[in-house]
Formats: sequence, structure tokens, C-alpha cells
Amino acid sequence: MLKARILENKLSSLYKAGKIVGGVYLGRGQEAVSATLGTALVQGRDFFAPLIRDQAGRTAFGEPLIDCTRTYLGSALGPMRGRDGNIHRGRPELGMPAMISHLGAQVPVVAGMLFARRLRGDLDGRVGATCIGDGASSTGAFHEGLNLAAVEKLPLVLIIANNQFAYSTPNHRQFACTDLVEKARGYGIGGFSVDGTDLLACASVIPEAVRRAREGGGPQLVVAHMLRLSGHGEHDDGSYVPETVRRGHLGRDCIEVAMRQLVENGIAGVDEILAWQDQFAEEVQKAVAQAQQEAPPDPYQEDWTALATRFPLPHCNSNAQPACP
Amino acid sequence: MSVTYIDAIREAQATLLRDDPRVFLYGQDIATFGGAFKATKGLADEFPGRVFDSPLSEDAMLGLAVGAAIEGMRPIIEMQFADFSSIAFNQIVNQAATHFYRTGMPIPLTVRLPSGGTAGSGPFHSQSMEGIYAQYPGLVVLTPASVSDAYHMLIDGVALEDPVIFCEHKFLYRWLKAKSINGDHLPIGQARIVRTGKHATVVAYSAMVHEAVRAAERLHEDGWEIEVVDLRSIKPLDIDTVLASVARTGRLLAVGEAFPWGGVTAEVVSRVTEEGFHLLDAPPQRLNSRDTPVPYHPKLWAAHRPTPESICEALRKLLSF
Repeated sequence: MLKARILENKLSSLYKAGKIVGGVYLGRGQEAVSATLGTALVQGRDFFAPLIRDQAGRTAFGEPLIDCTRTYLGSALGPMRGRDGNIHRGRPELGMPAMISHLGAQVPVVAGMLFARRLRGDLDGRVGATCIGDGASSTGAFHEGLNLAAVEKLPLVLIIANNQFAYSTPNHRQFACTDLVEKARGYGIGGFSVDGTDLLACASVIPEAVRRAREGGGPQLVVAHMLRLSGHGEHDDGSYVPETVRRGHLGRDCIEVAMRQLVENGIAGVDEILAWQDQFAEEVQKAVAQAQQEAPPDPYQEDWTALATRFPLPHCNSNAQPACP
Repeated sequence: MSVTYIDAIREAQATLLRDDPRVFLYGQDIATFGGAFKATKGLADEFPGRVFDSPLSEDAMLGLAVGAAIEGMRPIIEMQFADFSSIAFNQIVNQAATHFYRTGMPIPLTVRLPSGGTAGSGPFHSQSMEGIYAQYPGLVVLTPASVSDAYHMLIDGVALEDPVIFCEHKFLYRWLKAKSINGDHLPIGQARIVRTGKHATVVAYSAMVHEAVRAAERLHEDGWEIEVVDLRSIKPLDIDTVLASVARTGRLLAVGEAFPWGGVTAEVVSRVTEEGFHLLDAPPQRLNSRDTPVPYHPKLWAAHRPTPESICEALRKLLSF
């Protein structure tokens, strides 16, 4: 989570310096939740469909920093090769699909990945996890996807990071229940509610949800409560967030809380944490420097086709074999 | 013994399930019930664990298919009616269609769309959505008009690495029969000349091919030789076959059952005009449905879509130039 924070601070600077086009979307304030999830998953076995504020989860899951900097800085060598940018990146072949902007849309995709593995007789203790925000809980895709996963009893873990605002829309304009975790009962799935500003709480609840899904308990919904400590993107100053909310419990910075928890519980010392910071800053610097040196995509080298099939296809042989291509 | 168009679709799915362990079927009421049109009748028994009833969730059905394709499967999704695919539109055009371009990983899934009008089906069970899907990069859009094509194009479509929108016409399901599912097996992306002629070319697809042939038969009585081209595949569009036909006849009428604004017929006319203006002896014409929702009453419905009569009328106008 610390590495993600340092990386994202750098991305914000690069954006403000005009080095990144499009936008920069930070997970500031949500690192405890995201990193805890990423840590509970095993790359190569589990599936993880991160969303907009999951840099920490991506890093914990095993995404190298260079995938992030290459995508933000438009290097042709990145996983999206300049064809998509910022947080719309993934490596589906490694169990990490690339998000689209339409919220809730990854829920059934992860369900489908798990469904396929079960059909192949290869589910093998895998889980699939994805994250959404409070806003996406209002979409049809969320409902359809979660209900489908429940009907199929798939090992899906869905985290709702309730960061109080969907862009600028507050919770009370988004849903009418007290806590979104109440929805779990309606879907017939497991439900957890956790303080997303509290790393130790996240580290206790989220792996437990993952364990239950892994052990055949069907989909698990985890609702984590926190405040987004940035704008929707770096173009947004978030001035619609009332000062009282900022100063309240949910406005705590999960990284500061975590550092305190590590020190107070004797898990890590202050010097150790400072050393991590230095080390991560250097890693981030390297990943940025490397991506900045790399060539952007060349429109003259693009094949400009969205199809994997190369038409025209060869002619088929009469009626001999039906499967022509 | 004869084979219907829907028999061919069922047989194609049976063949695919038998020959390819990656194929599975997912859709509403398709398992024990065999589907609203019985396109999957008996398949759940014949292939246990390969044919699944889905919840009534078109968006999630397509999302599941994308995820399954990522993990190496070849899902075939049955939409109960093409019209309902509007609920799945996001997953089709934003998730499935962009995936290969964005990530380099192809998404081989097939969406079966029971398309087009039948008497009494009304505004929400009659739509022809091929033109809408063809507008988006990253999709293959197929519109078989014959029993043989219904079989071979479904099998060939599932074998493609790309998402395939398979538009099967509900009117043809039981009306169209053939002696066998064999026929000239053309590759996907190639149009077929179903009737040769020298005075005008009608470009059609799906059920409209049959209406165009009837119109051509009527005009034959007056001495006109009308060539009919069955596009078979909307995307990719075999404009070469169309241009070659127009080169022979000098006249073009494009006929489609979809709504008139834009769409397949507009694309055909615009490409022929662009690439073959010098071949044309008359202004190219289009004939589509009317610009209203598809009406319920059979009398209104019959006047909403192109018919042999309206195609004849359009051809007579075209031949008068």
C-alpha cells in the first residue's frame, strides 16, 4: 500500500506537469482495503479484476510498476500498447482482466472466468475477486453479475469500497439502505462490513471472506467504509466533500493508521518504514524513468484492425469438413 | 426428409458440442426446456454439463461469456430475442468487441440473436439489430439466409477467434426447409449470388433474400432479369461481389428488414457509390422497414417490412431510369 501511495503521488505530479494525458485516478485512502485483497489472492491461481482505485491491490497481486507507468505514459511496450490508458490496463492471460469504464461490468466477467474453470474441472481452490465503489452498486451490471454468481455458487469475492462519493454524488443520493452489506442477504451470499481506514481490521476481514469463497461458501460481499482522499481524478479538487466528513473517522488516512499500527504492535519499526519509503521511491523513479525513455506507439506501424481473424478467409472445400476456418 | 433452418442451428450446436470441448451453451430456458424456439432441444440431455439455463440477466450472460472466453472456452449465448440484446449491449460492444484490440487477447464467443419480424410479434420481439452491431469495431456479424448457411456459418463462426453476432431469422426457423444441410460451403465474409440476372442487382441478406427472389421471379414474367446477391455476412462485407454484380447490371437496390436510418443498406449503397460510381446507370436505391417501431397487427406488420410487392415497385422505379 505504501508503494502504491508513492507511485500514485508521482503519477499525480506527472499529470500536473502535463506529462500524462487523459487523466490520473488515485486510490488514496483505499490502499488498506485494496492491498489486503491483493495480498489474499495468489497470482497464477486466482483472478483479480481491479477497478479504478486499486493500484495497491494490483501491486500486491503482482503487477509490476512498469505496467502502470508504461500505460500512463503511453509507452508502446506497455500491456495496452497505447491503445488504452491509465487504469484501463490488465493482463487477462495472468488472471487480471482489463477494466472497462462501465461500472459493475467486471463482476460477471470474473464470474465467467470462474465458471469456465469449473467447466474445465480446474476450479481447484481458485477465487475471483473484483472491486467496485458505492456508485457501481446502483448499476444493473452489479445486480445481474452478483445474482448470477450467487445462482452459480461461484467463489467470487466482491469488494465495495464505499468511499462516500461516486464522483461528486454522496451516499444519500446513491442508495437508501443503512449499509450496503445489507444487500448480501438479498442475494443469498456472505456479507462483511469493515472499517476501510483500519489495516488490521481489513487484514482480518478480507482474507476471511476470501477463505470462505475458496472453501466453497459461494460469493462473498465485503463493504469497506472510508473516504476517498483525492478527487475523482486529479482534475477534480473534491471540494464537494464537507469539511466535517474530511475531519471525521472515515477521513483518516489509512497509511498513517497502518504505520501507527505496525509500530504499536511491534510489527515494524519507524526506521524500517522509512527505509521502505526510500526503497519504493527509488523503484517508482526507475519505472517512471524507463517508461519515459520508451517510444510511443507509431500510427504508421499499427495494423488498425480490431479483429483477430484476417479476412478474407480461404475458400472451403465443398461439404467435406464443416469447420472451415 | 427435409431439414428446417432451426434444425440446422440445433444440429450445428450439437456438432460443436460434440467436436469441441471448449463449447458450452448458456441462455434463458435453453436447458431442459430446449429454448423458446427449441433451438437447443434435447442438447442438455445429450451433452450433460454443457448446456445451462441462465438467470434473466442479458448483461451478466454476456459478461460471463467474456470471462469464460478469457479462460479458454467458446461460449455460445442464446438471446431469447435479438431485441433483448440491448440489455447486453454494453458487454458486447464495450467488453467483448474491444478486448482483442486493447489487450491482444481474442474473445471467441458467439451470440445467437433470434432476429426479425413475424406476424403478431410486435415492437419488442421483431427487431433486426445487425446494423447496430456492425457499426462497432471488433465484431463479426453474420446473417444466414439458407439452411446450409445456418449450419455451416454457425460452426464456422464459433471457430473464429472473434466475437460473433449470429443473426438467425425467426421467420425462417420453420418456414425454410432444405433436403439436407449440405450446400455450397462458402467461407464467412463471402457473398453469394443466389440468382443471376443482367438488368439490376438486388443486394439482400437474411429473410429478405427470399423476398427479393420472389420479386425477381415476378419481374421475370415481364422479361426483366434480376440478379440477387445474398450478403451472408454483414461484417465483413463482401463489397467485391456486389461491385462485380453491379458492373454486370448497372443498377443497384439494397434491401434490408432493419430500420431505415443508416444501417446495412446505407453502407452497401455508399460503398458502391464510392467505389463503383462509374458502374451505375441509375441512382442506387434502398428499401428498408418503415421508420416506426415494428407494429403488432399482421396487416400493419406486413406493410412495415419490405415485401415482394414493395421490392418489385422499387425495382420498377430503378429500371425506369
